[in-house]
Amino acid sequence: MHHTRSDDTDHRTALKRNVLSWSVFVAITPMILVSCIILYQYRISYHQRVNSHLEELINKHKQNIDTFLRERLGNIQDLARNFAFEQMSQEAFLQERLNILQRSYGPVFVDLGVINSKGVQVAYAGPFKLGHARYSDADWFQKVMENKSEYYKSDVFLGLRGVPHFIIAVKITSEGETWIVRATIDFVSFNTLVEKIRVGETGFAFILNKDGRFQTHAVHDVKPDKSPYSDFLNYNDEEKKHIHILERTDDSGNMNIYVAAFLKHGDWLLVYQQKASEAFFDYRRTVNVAVVIIMLGCLLILSTAILLSNKLVRLLARIDREKQMMNEQIVETGKLASIGELAAGIAHEINNPVAIMVGEAGWIEDLLEEEEFQASENLKEFRRSLKQIHIQGKRCKEITHKLLSFARKTGSRPQDINVNELMEELIALSAQRAKFSNVAIVTDFKDDIPSICVSQSELQQVFLNLINNALDAMEKDGGQIRISTKTEGNHVVVVVADNGPGIPSANLNRIFDPFFTSKPVGKGTGLGLSICYGIIKKMKGDIEVQSTTGAGTTFLVKIPLPED
Amino acid sequence: MESKQSQTVPWKQVQKGILKKQVTAMTEEGNIQASTRIKLLLVDDEEGFVNVIANRMSKRGIDATKALSGTDALKALRGQDFDVAVVDLKMQEMDGIELLRILKKMVPEMPVIMLTGHGSERAEEEGMEYGAFDYLTKPCELDELMQKIREALPRGR
Repeated sequence: MHHTRSDDTDHRTALKRNVLSWSVFVAITPMILVSCIILYQYRISYHQRVNSHLEELINKHKQNIDTFLRERLGNIQDLARNFAFEQMSQEAFLQERLNILQRSYGPVFVDLGVINSKGVQVAYAGPFKLGHARYSDADWFQKVMENKSEYYKSDVFLGLRGVPHFIIAVKITSEGETWIVRATIDFVSFNTLVEKIRVGETGFAFILNKDGRFQTHAVHDVKPDKSPYSDFLNYNDEEKKHIHILERTDDSGNMNIYVAAFLKHGDWLLVYQQKASEAFFDYRRTVNVAVVIIMLGCLLILSTAILLSNKLVRLLARIDREKQMMNEQIVETGKLASIGELAAGIAHEINNPVAIMVGEAGWIEDLLEEEEFQASENLKEFRRSLKQIHIQGKRCKEITHKLLSFARKTGSRPQDINVNELMEELIALSAQRAKFSNVAIVTDFKDDIPSICVSQSELQQVFLNLINNALDAMEKDGGQIRISTKTEGNHVVVVVADNGPGIPSANLNRIFDPFFTSKPVGKGTGLGLSICYGIIKKMKGDIEVQSTTGAGTTFLVKIPLPED
Repeated sequence: MESKQSQTVPWKQVQKGILKKQVTAMTEEGNIQASTRIKLLLVDDEEGFVNVIANRMSKRGIDATKALSGTDALKALRGQDFDVAVVDLKMQEMDGIELLRILKKMVPEMPVIMLTGHGSERAEEEGMEYGAFDYLTKPCELDELMQKIREALPRGR
């Protein structure tokens, strides 16, 4: 029911919150969604790119290593096939062959040995003193003899010499005799093949055998974390033909990327390992930049939304205030109008009985003229009484006429009026009374005031009323009335200011109300100013009052100039 | 034509504006013609008003025929001629303007004075348009009404 200021404030706070949250939601959600989608797609394509790059790298190295092993095997096979056992059994010949191989391929071949079917090395060329060594119990020898294929490549092992190495053994069967040519491949030169694979700071490669043991130098302090490798090692033969990529978190909590390729027909595993943070460094950086941009965007959206919603709420508050003021004005105007209509109705109705009363009084007066009443003692008193009825009847008539003036919808015809001339006339009319009241009327008229098109009689009524009120106010002590005219925008402004006692602020709001008067009972009808108000409003003008008790009252009347 | 043209002869007032019972008029030749009482048709739906005005007028040489509505007025017109009519604007059955239009058709030469409420200027203008002689605002003094009646009568009456 009762609409309070705090209700309004609550309402506006809620509105502000809604506007803020919705605009932020609507603006930020799509931005974040789109950003996430783009980043996600970028992540996928970036991973694909990195992965295919690594795949290519590892594939190349796999081929290199496979080629290396195949060629070394080919060297030994050539040796075994091209020369007879007798020749090969001569150490000098074997040393010559070793020298040729070392000249061609560098220190890849460490030594050469020829072993008979009993496992006894019949000839040896190389830096170690391994002549006539017995290999019948050696793992590789047994495997070669069992093996149906003609060659064997061992894992890296320490063997008799106590140095990591691996061997290539080729089995030859001719003239019922089986013998074996064995070559030791230098671990260091083989290792270089793998150590060459270095990318960035954390990318390196190594080779594991079937049991997960290093076949190359353990690089850095990498412990072969079993989990990713054991996954690779468990692959079946078909899967071993492909290159595999995994991303895993290692024991120290780092995300690593692992690329694995199988060598030596699946016996060895070439593993490339790199920290994901390095492999995807560009991606990470892009994500960081994007996050910063998104954050800035959110901040911008948020501050804009706050700014706009504040502005909106301020605007609404202002509109509310204006609406309220307008409503008050409408109520005020409506009140005046309805009171006016009511008063007009009453005035009309009262006119008739008053007319009859005055008429009857006149009739009595007429009758008193007859001879029979002339001698009456009370004749004088009758006449006084009848005169009083006439006077009071006139007073009634004045009241009803004023009421009707206030209420009437159409006035006399508008005509072009020079305000200055009109005011001069009115001042002349009031001059006599002003003189008696000891009031000086001062004028300040601007010369170039355009004519206004309104009803002359109504305008006269307004200003006469204002001047009379001022004179009434200063009747006792005298004073000054200052009347000025000027043009302001498309209005003519007339100011009637007195330096009388002023209007108490309690009364100031009510002075335009009909029947409100501060004059003693019987002196004023309280209609003068409300009529003025009605007339000026009908002219689409404005009438304002300012008053300070003890300093005087100023009425400001604005009348619009004719359009066009 | 010229011989009929009359000269303005003011109504003589005896004691506070009351006319003599015998009204005199003077022709341009200066002959005093037989004085007659003025016949007035007074139309208003306020009986009290009509009565008191008629009474007071009879003391001033005017025979006022009272009509409380437009219909009454038209009935009265059938029986006799009137010198002047006073018609109230606001009546319940047939309003003053309507009656005025009918009167102006029936007896165009009879002047009609309208009684109006204050501020009903449009009605006043309308009345003048339809041929009313003049209008007075209610409540009016009898003297004002007498003055208007005097003005309305053809010169020589």
